[in-house]
Amino acid sequence: MNRALNSTYWLLSGLMSRVASAAALFFLLTLVSAALLVDVLPIDPFAQRLVDALKGPSATNWFGTDELGRDIFARVVYGARTSLSTAGAAVIIAAALGIPIGLVAGFFGGWRDTVLMRFIDVLLALPAILFAMALIAVLGRSQMAAVIAVGITGIPNFARITRARVLSLRKRDFVTAVEAFGGSSGYNMFRTILPNSWSPILVQVVVLCSVAILLEAALAFLGVGVAPPTPSWGEMLRTGKSYLYEAPYYAVLPGVVLTFTILSFDVIGRALATLLEDRHDASGAEIERTTP
Amino acid sequence: MKLAEETATTGPVLSVRGLKVEFSVSDRRVPVVRGIDFDVYPNEVLCIVGESGSGKSVTSLAVTGLLPETAQIEGSIRLGGMEVNGADRDVLRRMRGEDVGFVFQDPGTTLNPVLKVGRQITEGQVALSRLRRADAEARAVELLRDVDIADPEQRVRQYPHQFSGGMRQRAVIAMAIAGQPKLIIADEPTTALDVTVQAQVLTVLARRQAEMRAAVVLITHDLGVVAQVADRVAVMYGGRIVETGPVDAIFRSPRHPYTRALLRSIPRMDAGEARLDPIPGQPPMPYALPPGCAFEPRCAVGSGRPRCRTEDPTLSAVAALQQAACHYVDEALPPAKVHAMAKPKPTETTAPPLLEVEGLKVHFPIKSSVLRRTTGWVRAVDGVNISVRAGETLSLVGESGCGKTTIGRTVMGLVPASAGDIRFDGQSMVRLGRGEMRAARRRMQYIFQDPYSSLNPVLPAEDIVSEPLRIHGLYEEMGGARRVAELFDMVGLSRGMLGRYPSEFSGGQRQRIGIARALILEPRLLILDEPVAALDVSIQAQILNLLQDLQAELGLSYLFIAHNLSVVRHISDRVAVMYLGRIVEQGTRDELYDNPVHPYTQSLLSAAPDPDPAARHAGRRIVLEGEIPSPAAPPDGCVFHPRCFRASGRCSVEAPAFQPYSGLSTWTACHHAGPLDRKSATLAEVSR
Repeated sequence: MNRALNSTYWLLSGLMSRVASAAALFFLLTLVSAALLVDVLPIDPFAQRLVDALKGPSATNWFGTDELGRDIFARVVYGARTSLSTAGAAVIIAAALGIPIGLVAGFFGGWRDTVLMRFIDVLLALPAILFAMALIAVLGRSQMAAVIAVGITGIPNFARITRARVLSLRKRDFVTAVEAFGGSSGYNMFRTILPNSWSPILVQVVVLCSVAILLEAALAFLGVGVAPPTPSWGEMLRTGKSYLYEAPYYAVLPGVVLTFTILSFDVIGRALATLLEDRHDASGAEIERTTP
Repeated sequence: MKLAEETATTGPVLSVRGLKVEFSVSDRRVPVVRGIDFDVYPNEVLCIVGESGSGKSVTSLAVTGLLPETAQIEGSIRLGGMEVNGADRDVLRRMRGEDVGFVFQDPGTTLNPVLKVGRQITEGQVALSRLRRADAEARAVELLRDVDIADPEQRVRQYPHQFSGGMRQRAVIAMAIAGQPKLIIADEPTTALDVTVQAQVLTVLARRQAEMRAAVVLITHDLGVVAQVADRVAVMYGGRIVETGPVDAIFRSPRHPYTRALLRSIPRMDAGEARLDPIPGQPPMPYALPPGCAFEPRCAVGSGRPRCRTEDPTLSAVAALQQAACHYVDEALPPAKVHAMAKPKPTETTAPPLLEVEGLKVHFPIKSSVLRRTTGWVRAVDGVNISVRAGETLSLVGESGCGKTTIGRTVMGLVPASAGDIRFDGQSMVRLGRGEMRAARRRMQYIFQDPYSSLNPVLPAEDIVSEPLRIHGLYEEMGGARRVAELFDMVGLSRGMLGRYPSEFSGGQRQRIGIARALILEPRLLILDEPVAALDVSIQAQILNLLQDLQAELGLSYLFIAHNLSVVRHISDRVAVMYLGRIVEQGTRDELYDNPVHPYTQSLLSAAPDPDPAARHAGRRIVLEGEIPSPAAPPDGCVFHPRCFRASGRCSVEAPAFQPYSGLSTWTACHHAGPLDRKSATLAEVSR
């Protein structure tokens, strides 16, 4: 546990040491806490005041109001909850299925590898947005469709990254050592190889989060996302574009928040990749040495 | 004396004065080379010897301006009268092509795999317009012939993967001499090669160097190689030259305590029984150098003396051509502590051996890339019988690809046996069920060659050592944390290190962790796969002593796998020599080393570089032709006959049986087994 804390501290301080990733981290943390605290904040995304419809930004309504007089700022904050929960759930599905597939395929090789990786190829051929629309046709409009669509289409990312890592670790002596002591294949996969594979997986988690948020927004924009009146960034863009001339802020401000969110994930993903790569070198695993 | 004559007529080719190299690592300045001076004259071989972190490789890179931009270089490096430090890129480029030739450690990565060998050899000369493209191929053929590559007209058009390791290194030498350089820099040129191939490569390098009267800077950690090829030696430690002088003086009368201790710590081919006298501690890291003399913490002479702790000694003359950097050069090293050999000799008993391997064959299929059909077999191990008795050490010796590691892994159950039987403590290990195999594995354990790869980097040391207990569900039963701490004491690690991660340990300490891990289940047999090959010279002795102490204390049996004949002589009771999947000779240690009867054993023993410069004048060595054939297509008859100096017509058709050799306890597989024929003109007189 101590090590997990140390690693987290080390990662956070690494991210904070660069201006861009520190800003991105700050933005995302604000967004997450807002999404968590939206019920206790003194804002109401559902209260309609038709007299105040389509008013520009003001001291009371920071982002202005929509066509029903609802506070756009409150709806953006509430929309963060939709976006982030979609992302979180989708990543959990993709990782929970993809990582074991990659572990098994890479560790055993042979026919298991062939079968699993061909299945992964099939998933890769699946366009996420069409798959999501097909799911909506079956399940009806819900957040679930986006979650499942991104979750399933995200499986190959985790499976392939994990498999590549397993292949590079499989022949290392410390894996053979566990086998020599009588450790089972399962022990080796989950207790030896997996803990040595978190770095690339972590980067993938961040990448997939932004994919999920974009897809959820896209579905809502097409009018097949979460059902109204639940706020969603994509839904706000869709309605806002009808009022682009009267109330440009309506579409633009949620769009800006969406853009910053995706950007933040990307910046953090890149920073993590660089940081973890550095650490790999520092671990001394590839240290120069003389062997006969 | 060659040296004096050269010095009188010409100036040095390379002259280094006050060279300092620092690297900036995360805002800290790390001094890697801390002020060194040396000269190399034409037709002279200067060997720079040192352990990891001594700065020897950085020195060679600095000399040719190949260090990265992050390095800060101070001092003067004059090559043929021209200053290298601070020279611009074009000057450096031309200098590297015309004045300097390079031979790097690993021939596998020095050559570009997509270019034909001939083209690569002459590429630099063509690029510098010193050779017309039309003449390049003819020149490449000439160069390959110069480095003893057979059939150079064909070879010149081949790619590096069609060359064997030794041929590649010779091609690299051809590339280095293509421009008739004044200076050749060879950085560990034979470290990646087998003993018999190393002998070929060193011979070629020495001959070409003598012809061109080039100066050579050879960087190595192997004192045997130094004794064989050097004219002068510079010993580096902690970024400085601590002693320099003619090779005979360095080996006969070393003056610096480090040189003395180093020479005393290496196992010798001619001294079997005595316990090694290791240098305590480990080489300092460049970022954590002690304030005074860098060797002080490990030094038997200076340890604790105030002057050594505060003042870094300068290099000063101790004899005509010899210099040493020590405040107390005239004090002798305290005599080696005499340890009674604690180990009782294993008695000849009728009790069945602990490990018996009978008729073992391990064949790996070669699959065709298209239909995945098996198109042939690699015969890694092809009919091997060995036995290890309780408390004894059996060594398997041989060059790479001879199957020695495969035997170890097969015994451990990591590789399935194709045929034959392995019995451990009377129980057959072949085709055991999972559970039985697990139980059996408790009683034998494996120690890996590479301590950098055999420890899980995300676990702290205590979890690494206790992992076998957890796997077998014995953590509580066998004493848990207390047991781990006991083992730390046993292998000489401090308990304060329990929570550290592998990256915080040095190579020797990591190997100690590996040994503790192997011992925690109280095994009876340890399979040691080259356990000291990846360690620094001064650390090897520590680990070998530890292994001997543990054997005596715990009554362990060792199956010791190694290529280093001196190490094997030191640690073994019995030795088996392997060649291409078979045992060619097996006997008790002293009989095998003193009276080898198989021609392969004889050439192997004569090719091993002896750390004694007198040996090279005493007699010629048997340098074997060619290299080890592929185990996928072993020669007919006796597998050794294509390289054997005694081969007759019979050898190419009839495989010799493995049988006792009359008059000795040795078993051997040879039609013409017998002691070396000392009268034969083709054979070398092997110096004793």
